[in-house]
Amino acid sequence: MAGSNPNAKPMNLTLNVWRQPNRDAQGQIVEYKVKDISPDMSFLEMLDVLNEDLLHQGQDPVAFDHDCREGICGSCDLFINGRSHGPEKGTTTCQLHMRKFSDGDTITIEPWRAHAFPVNKDLSVDRSAFDRIIQAGGYVNVNTGGAPDGNEIPIPKDIADRAFEAATCIGCGACVAACKNASAMLFVSAKVSQLALLPQGQVERKTRVENMVAQMDIEGFGACTNIGSCAAECPVGISLENIAMLNREFLAAKATSNNLA
Amino acid sequence: MFPDSKIPEGSIAEKWDKHKFNVKLVNPANKRKYDIIVVGTGLAGGAAAASLAELGYNVKAFTYHDSPRRAHSIAAQGGINAAKNYQNDGDSVYRLFYDTVKGGDYRAREANVYRLAQVSVNIIDQCVAQGVPFAREYGGLLANRSFGGAQVSRTFYARGQTGQQLLLGAYSALSRQISYGKVKMYTRSELLDVVVIDGQARGIVTRNLVNGKIESHTAHAVVLATGGYGNVFYLSTNAKYCNVTAAWRAHKKGAYFANPCFTQIHPTCIPVSGDYQSKLTLMSESLRNDGRVWVPKTVEMAERLRKGEIHVNDIKEEERDYFLERKYPAFGNLVPRDVASRNAKQMCDEGRGVGSSGLAVYLDFADVIKRIGEEAVSQKYGNLFDMYAKITDENPYKQPMRIYPAVHYTMGGLWVDYNLQTTIPGLYATGECNFSDHGANRLGASALMQGLADGYFVIPYTIGDYLAKTPAKLEDSNKVAINAQHPAFVAAEQEVRDRTAKFLAMRGNRTPDEFHKALGHIMWEYCGMARNAKGLTFAKAEIQKLRREFWQDLKLVGSGEEMNQALEKAGRVADFLELGELMVDDALNRNESCGGHFREEYQDEKGEAQRDDENYAYVAAWEFMGDNQPERLNKEPLVFENVKLSKRSYE
Amino acid sequence: MSWFTKTFTSSIGRKIIMSITGLFLCSFLVIHLVGNLQLFKHDNGAAFNIYSHFMGTNPIIRTIEWVLVLGFGFHIYEAIALTGKNKKARGTGYVVNHSEQNSEWTSRNMGLLGTVILVFLIVHLYNFFWRARFGELDPDINNNDDLYTLVVSSFQQWWYVALYVLAQVSLGYHLWHGFRSAFQTLGLNHRKYTPVIKAVGYGFAVIVSATFAAMPLYFFLGLDKIQ
Repeated sequence: MAGSNPNAKPMNLTLNVWRQPNRDAQGQIVEYKVKDISPDMSFLEMLDVLNEDLLHQGQDPVAFDHDCREGICGSCDLFINGRSHGPEKGTTTCQLHMRKFSDGDTITIEPWRAHAFPVNKDLSVDRSAFDRIIQAGGYVNVNTGGAPDGNEIPIPKDIADRAFEAATCIGCGACVAACKNASAMLFVSAKVSQLALLPQGQVERKTRVENMVAQMDIEGFGACTNIGSCAAECPVGISLENIAMLNREFLAAKATSNNLA
Repeated sequence: MFPDSKIPEGSIAEKWDKHKFNVKLVNPANKRKYDIIVVGTGLAGGAAAASLAELGYNVKAFTYHDSPRRAHSIAAQGGINAAKNYQNDGDSVYRLFYDTVKGGDYRAREANVYRLAQVSVNIIDQCVAQGVPFAREYGGLLANRSFGGAQVSRTFYARGQTGQQLLLGAYSALSRQISYGKVKMYTRSELLDVVVIDGQARGIVTRNLVNGKIESHTAHAVVLATGGYGNVFYLSTNAKYCNVTAAWRAHKKGAYFANPCFTQIHPTCIPVSGDYQSKLTLMSESLRNDGRVWVPKTVEMAERLRKGEIHVNDIKEEERDYFLERKYPAFGNLVPRDVASRNAKQMCDEGRGVGSSGLAVYLDFADVIKRIGEEAVSQKYGNLFDMYAKITDENPYKQPMRIYPAVHYTMGGLWVDYNLQTTIPGLYATGECNFSDHGANRLGASALMQGLADGYFVIPYTIGDYLAKTPAKLEDSNKVAINAQHPAFVAAEQEVRDRTAKFLAMRGNRTPDEFHKALGHIMWEYCGMARNAKGLTFAKAEIQKLRREFWQDLKLVGSGEEMNQALEKAGRVADFLELGELMVDDALNRNESCGGHFREEYQDEKGEAQRDDENYAYVAAWEFMGDNQPERLNKEPLVFENVKLSKRSYE
Repeated sequence: MSWFTKTFTSSIGRKIIMSITGLFLCSFLVIHLVGNLQLFKHDNGAAFNIYSHFMGTNPIIRTIEWVLVLGFGFHIYEAIALTGKNKKARGTGYVVNHSEQNSEWTSRNMGLLGTVILVFLIVHLYNFFWRARFGELDPDINNNDDLYTLVVSSFQQWWYVALYVLAQVSLGYHLWHGFRSAFQTLGLNHRKYTPVIKAVGYGFAVIVSATFAAMPLYFFLGLDKIQ
């Protein structure tokens, strides 16, 4: 049964898991024990084991979001031992492996905490606020068809690369969860930077940043105080440079746009 | 009689243009009177929902995810093909068409594939305009690479995250239409039934996954863009939520299911490490450009390796069998996916597999590291090596990777005509959900192409043809208005509730995951990389038995009126248990080997696949005849007027 | 609300006010520090008293004084407003939170540091500014108000010196984060210059706070008596 390392010893762990039946209910930490956890398991596979155990005992399994389990869809979102996506840098929860823990460890698992991310159930939160921010302007206004040839506008490689790096945000919300202020600035800045860097994004550059920041505030995210935990916990390494760029874009737009509202 | 596939007349190059002219249009002012439901928000669904809303239709889009940005299109690594010929290397629409038909082992419809190649060029332009940051050359123009053994460089990419960037492009277009109020987005909503009234698709029934509410949604047409069914194998490179439920519900309401046994097995995946394994991770095929595939020459040595008595690096050069290089000297490690996969399985079946499970072969980079240095190798494959190390805790710079094939993509799906309409009028299927473009085997970097082609450039034209003939006022043949109170919807809702209640009432002993794993095991063993009549017959009986057990012994807790992820899972597994049997039927019926379907009885003396064009050059479209009844096989003959049928050979 | 008030009540707008007022207060720190260096002169405070007389009576300085008050006022007001907004944005807190593993203590505790500085500021203003401006100080040999003697006597009390040193440590940490943070908020981040800004900020924080802290210690330890 053991995988890559035949000598790896199975572990027994204590889990402190946040349980909350629904959005309006009171939640609490509940302690569970899991046994014979292989170090080669992913963190979510460990939770699968717990859930199968719970189901067999006739108890409600722990609800959590996940899907691709290869670190790209942005669904998984656990606050593990006081860290977004757990202790390993640059890693989503689904790519975190149990070999990062030791036999006998106690692991506390909580949902993302933010006023703008209400809990659906247990560890699953509602991140639709992110979608509404994108809907406020995180796009280029082009209809299907009628686009000029892809090579019509050359884009310097370093600009294209920087735009790509900003565009790799997976929208998981680890930044908000880690931030002391539950600020969504890293998320917003990644999209604003991507489109502000590219020629295609220039036409709506000013209105985009104005509208996205306004929506971000409406959703009730906090203000950035440049602590940097967001970038430190971002599983795909979105840089703080993007937040500076967002600030710059915002200031320039507010100072020069014709928008009086 | 087989339904009309509606392939337009004329030469292959003119068909699509002529068809676009001939299809009926809906007057711009009338479009807002039509409602269209789009289920699924991956590349095909997201693109379709956005484009249809841009045209003026009222779109309701559904996803079971918490956001339309999470569909599994996002995980595609390699790239997207387009016949741009930016590299001046002789590519053309015709060449992309030809490669795709040949790559599909001549089991795809020519007209559809040609159209796909035609619109591929528009996709790139569209995505660039949306702000998709494709890789660029120093001069600022778009970069290309050759992919999946193609002889031209036609693959556009955004590092190893092309699917993500394309999906976020479609998501942005969709978000824009949501903000304009033209798309109403329903997240965390799962389709549980398709409602057909007077033979026309008129809406769907969904379950809200947060509060369990069963809801009816009516429309003039329904587009399914719900992806593939690879998770029938339990372990696959698909995301955990990927399922067949939407397509299967449509199938049970009358939509034919085509070529269900055509499954693509990808050779370079990280092997299974234990019983707890929940999914498999794909590593880009590009690794085979420099990695050498081998196993120990003897079973004894493989056994000692498995027990950990010796280390892989202790095995001498002359004790290694580079089996792909030995058997296919011309192509070596770069043979197509199906050939590479099958050979790996063969080695493991012989007892020469490695890893503690014995279900893996080595992919060795020692030579290339010696040749160009660790630094250069890291530049090329660094992210893949890191991913491998993260998952396995082994350093691929110091010892060979272990790889094993895994289910990756399903070429089969709902049967559709040239308009992407299923056999239920008003019900369309796009992307991996349909069967149309890849035949028996899909080429690399073609899945993204098909999803976006269907969504951006095909369905917006073809759906108009149907809607133009549909009155804006929705009523049935008895002039009863079609809305959520219509008897058909009330009945469908009740059926969904009854089914949910049935799941919950059993309080048996086995969890949905346990049934799913058991099914996956049967499918993988008997309907996986290599199949034979005996195994398939055995599998059919096993699946039927498992399905009976499922409906008696399922274990669930809680209710349907809350978030209940195990209940969701149960519904999906129930449908997989029916689909699995159909896949086995289809594999049994197809007495030939082609593409991803390898029947051990049909191979030549060298073990290569033997296609039977005389008897099996058709699409097998299965018709549902009632629960636990054998399905009826309908055959759509495949006519090849432009591509000469030949044997795929890689020696 | 006009676009202007909307801009500066948005979360980024408030931060921009924080950064501009913060940088302005930094410039005040420089002037205050340079002027106060005269305390180290061995002239029984003659030069210091001339300087403080000038600062207390020059019409330009008196005008800028109001700007300074506004600077402090906005900095403090926005800090309170942002803290309230940010606390609300979190809602329910975590049971276990290891933010020390992903960020610096000082960055997370600007409010606490600022509060210490504010308490110090009130005591400081009352003791020196208020008494110099509105109180009765004896004249020195040049007939200027003898603020110097008040300074020297104040810095004989251990608790007063301790408060000063604590406040300066807080100021140091506050600047450690605040200086570079101000540039980031204004969008002045560049791969070439940001490392320089950070280095200057750290140097500024250490030099300013250490030199200020040296003043009370200088008198408390009697270093002014050594010829």
